[in-house]
Parts: sequence; structure tokens; C-alpha cells
Amino acid sequence: MKGGGFRIYALAYLIFLYAPIILLPLFAFNEGTVIAFPLTGFSTKWFVAAANQPTLWLAVKNSLIIAASASVISTALGVFAARASTRYHFPGKGGVMGLIMLPLVLPEIIVAVSLLVVLLGLGINLSIVTVILGHVLICTPFTIAILTSAFQSLDRSLEEAAYDLGETGISTFRLIILPLVMPGIISSLLISFTISLDEFIIAFFLAGTQPTLPIYIFSQFRFPQAVPVIMALGTVLVACSIVLLASAEYFRRRGLARSGAKDTGGFL
Amino acid sequence: MTAAAKPTMIEFRDVHKYYGDYHALRGITATIRAGEFFSLLGPSGCGKTTLLRTIAGFEEISSGAVMIDGKHMEGVPANKRPTNMVFQSYAIFPHLTVAENVGFGLRRAKLSKDELNCRVGEALEMVGLRGLGARAAHALSGGQRQRVALARALILKPKVLLLDEPLSALDKKMREQMQVELIKLQRQVGITFILVTHDQEEALVMSDRIAVMFEGEIAQLADPETLYRRPNSRKVADFIGTMNFLPARILSEGEQGIEVEAQGLGRMLLDPSQAPGAASGTGSSVGFRPETATMLFEGQKAEREAMGTVEEVVYYGDMTYYDVRLDGTEAPIRISMRNVFGRPVLEIGARTRVAWSPGAIVLFR
Repeated sequence: MKGGGFRIYALAYLIFLYAPIILLPLFAFNEGTVIAFPLTGFSTKWFVAAANQPTLWLAVKNSLIIAASASVISTALGVFAARASTRYHFPGKGGVMGLIMLPLVLPEIIVAVSLLVVLLGLGINLSIVTVILGHVLICTPFTIAILTSAFQSLDRSLEEAAYDLGETGISTFRLIILPLVMPGIISSLLISFTISLDEFIIAFFLAGTQPTLPIYIFSQFRFPQAVPVIMALGTVLVACSIVLLASAEYFRRRGLARSGAKDTGGFL
Repeated sequence: MTAAAKPTMIEFRDVHKYYGDYHALRGITATIRAGEFFSLLGPSGCGKTTLLRTIAGFEEISSGAVMIDGKHMEGVPANKRPTNMVFQSYAIFPHLTVAENVGFGLRRAKLSKDELNCRVGEALEMVGLRGLGARAAHALSGGQRQRVALARALILKPKVLLLDEPLSALDKKMREQMQVELIKLQRQVGITFILVTHDQEEALVMSDRIAVMFEGEIAQLADPETLYRRPNSRKVADFIGTMNFLPARILSEGEQGIEVEAQGLGRMLLDPSQAPGAASGTGSSVGFRPETATMLFEGQKAEREAMGTVEEVVYYGDMTYYDVRLDGTEAPIRISMRNVFGRPVLEIGARTRVAWSPGAIVLFR
């Protein structure tokens, strides 16, 4: 058969990628405490158990606050940086952009340790705020990368046309540029939200007494009886991200159809 | 009304523009009259678009002055100038409807809804897009986008409309149609139009006057006929249409004219108006357009004749272009002949007589 080898490879690859994720709901709905086959019966008790844990809800709340703040702040910073790097020429531009993008390739553990040293040195108490700061640092390179491509695809004469027709720089930005880069801004928000939500190392170092969801999950693995609860939690998270991704893609395609641009690939 | 009676709309006074070390505009001095269809013509990189953008206010000039309607434009930003622009890419706002695009410039005027709709409707009517106001801007064809851009720029009733290669993205048929429509539109609204183009034919068809630019300088500024018949340099002659050049020697210059001896043509006496250019220092030559010479067939006679050999024949249906090398010359000249029924098309290698007229000659020194 033509391409048979590649077909098997592709299949094996997909199984390797998704089998663990499929196992998640399987054991989440399993009655037994032990994570092993054979399954012992259908039950939703682990979901109920998860919902009844106040510390879990606290961690979820912390994570949502951190992810929302970090994604909004880093996207806002990204808009400024992307705009500057695509429109203006200034001395040292290459160096500045390089330094901003550096956290992308820097080992996170190093960022985490140095942040911890600095914060402690300054006498700042560890809290949600310090985690937000750390997450903004690692999310910003991603938002800049996404937003730069959004700003680059913008025809410069659109701005000039609005200006020529009597608008000011600020109203041109609001009326023309912002609506046209909105799909980029939404993807930037979503991606930085996701990065922040499952980030572990920086949160572990900087969270102090306010654990985030990944930290909570990690800590629960010390107790074997808590593992099915984590499985249930994981199932909920997977379902949420599928819904999130699908809706983001829906909005992106709708935006494309509205502006008549060509589809050049998205999340799905 | 004669053109000279019209008041000045735009004046360039020794305008220079530098981009770092690059000297983009090298001392432009010119005036554009009110109500004129004016073209800036030149090859890419000659500074024509830069000059247009200095009028719009998108480029700051390095020295000199730009005046619009008698007012200094230094420090006046683009959104405060009495000019509007049609961009090469049209710059239609893709997220707005046709009506929202056209009415964009009126946002600041704070008109009532009815008044706004009325003005937008008028503008759309003017460019032949009546009833398309609700259409999404991205669902338009190239020609329609062009019209939306025009309506959007004209709705503010600017003193000057700037057009940056507005027809270059259209196919040939559409382009020719839009050329005629633009001329009509300009007569109708009476606004000064300034067109940037690299297409010499387009400039000749549309303009009252044309400034031919090379390397940041205006090489010649004249009406289309003068530009075509009396180009002031070989470069301008070459850029506008086709011109044949033959090396020449100036024998004498006197009251009755300039006596010239040209290779292949012999001696001739030229009027001083036939030498409109200044000396270039690269040797003199005479030039004439392909259609001003004609090949003689049996029985035909002319006052001035030269012998030559056909070296190339290009058949166009209604026309045939011959490359003929005159006896005693090195390079062939081109002659365009209208094809007449019953007359044979000559073949390569045929001997032929060429009739020419001293009145059609331009002398370059």
C-alpha cells in the first residue's frame, strides 16, 4: 500500500499523544481507588469529592486570578512592543527586542530562582502578585510574537488613510488598527492565559502560601487515595480547554470572514 | 479659459528631501494651478511618490517650502491639510461597509444621520456605486474598491485630490475605462487632481500638464503635446513613447535657424524651437518619432528621402513596425506604418526609401 509506513507512523504518533489523555476520564469515572485495569464500575463520586474540597477551590481561584491578570498585562505590553517593533525605527531596536524575547529560551528554573532572590532581597512578600509578575515575564515574549505578526499584516496605508481623512493618531488606533488586530489580541490572551494556568516552576517558587492549581495537583499526588480525585479534576480541565479552544477558533474564523482575509492557519 | 489665467494651487519652492544620505528630492520648484489635472510621471524611485506625499503631509521635507492655496504647509499635519488621497492599495477599511468607508471622513463633522446618509449617497452616485452602501468592503472587485476610495476622498471636498498610482492594480480594459471616468469626474468636481504614475500613456491621456521626473528632479514640465513633440532631453524623449536618434553635427547657428548635418539624413535647417533642451555635453543628435517618417512605395515621392534596408518587421494587425537601417548609419531606426489594404508588408532585407520631414525633428545637444 502506498504510504503505508507513514500511516502506521501517524497512527502510533497520535496514540502516543492522546492515549494518556483518554485514560484520564476513564479512571475519573471508575469506581475503584487504584489506577489500574480492569475497571470496577461507573461512578461520579470522584467529581463530587473534588467539588467538596475547599483547598482545591482556593487553588482554582488563585490560578484564575493569576492567569487572567498575567494574560491581560502581558498582552497589553505585547501590543505596545509589537506596534513599536513593526512601525518605528529606533537605535538599539534589535538589542531591545532580543532582550524582551530572551525569557522564551531561558530555563524557567533560572528565571524562577533569580526572581525569588530579587524579591526576597527587596523584602517583598510572596503572594499571588509575585506569581503574576513572574508569569507576565514569561508570557510577554509569546504575546509579542503573536501580535507582531498581526501588526505586520496590517497595511500601513490604512492608517495613513484614516489620518488623511481627519482622524488623530489615537482615534486612528481605536477605529482602524485595534479592530483589525483584534483576532491577534484574542489569540494572545488565550495563549498567555493557558501558559500561566499550567505553569508550575515559577508559581512553585513565588506563590508563598497561596498555591495555584498545578501546585495543588502536585501536592495531592503524595496521597494515593487522592489520585482519582485528581483524575476527575484533570477531566474537567481537558473539557474546559477543548471548549475554550473551539470557541477561540470560532471567533477567529468569524473575524476572518468579516474582514475577508485569507485563512492562514489557526488553532484547529 | 486659458490655463495661465488659473490661480496657483500648489507651489514647491526648492524642495529637498533626504532619507539619511539618500537625496530623494533634489530641489523641486514648480507650481500646480487650481483645477488642473496634473501628473507626476517617472520611473520607480524617481521621487514622484515622495513629492506627492509631501503635499499630503506624510513626508516632512528637509528644506524648501510647500504651499497649498497660498498657505505654508510647514508643521501642518496630514489630518489638517486641505488634501485627500487615493492610495495605491486603495486602503479600504476591510472591517467597515462601503457606506462606512465613504462616510469615514465625515465622522468629525457631527452630521445628523439623514444628512450623513445623503452625503454618502451622493458620493456613491458620483462614482457609479449607487445602492452598494451596505455591502461589506472586502466583497468588492478591484474597480469597485477604486471607486470607493475615490468617493471616500472626495466626500470631504478637498482643494486637492492626490492619486498615488490609482490604476496600476487594474487590468488593461478596466484601466482605460477608469482613465476616462477620472477625467470626467475631475471636470465635474473641478478639484485639482495630482496623479502619480509610471505609465506615460496614462499621463498623456489624462493630464493637462505633466512633470517628468528622474532621480529626484523635474526633467521637464509641460503639456502632453509639447512633452511628446518637443522633449527637452533624450531621456525624456525615450521615456515618453519611442524616439529614433541619429548622431548629428551642428554646422552653424544663425538668425535663420540652426544648420545641422545628421547621419543618414544629411543637412537640414532647424528652427530654434526644435532644440528645446540645454547642452548635455554628451554630443548632439537629432530625434524623430516613428510615425513622423514614412516608407515610400512605388510611385510615391517626397521632398526629403533617405535610402535604407529593412532589418526587422513587427506586424501588429492595424500597424506594422519596421526597423530600418539608413545607409551610412550604425543603428536601425523604427518606423511605424498604418497597414493599408492591398499594400504588401515588406520583408526583412528589402531596400526601401524613407520620407522624413525636418519639421518633426528635435535637436538634442
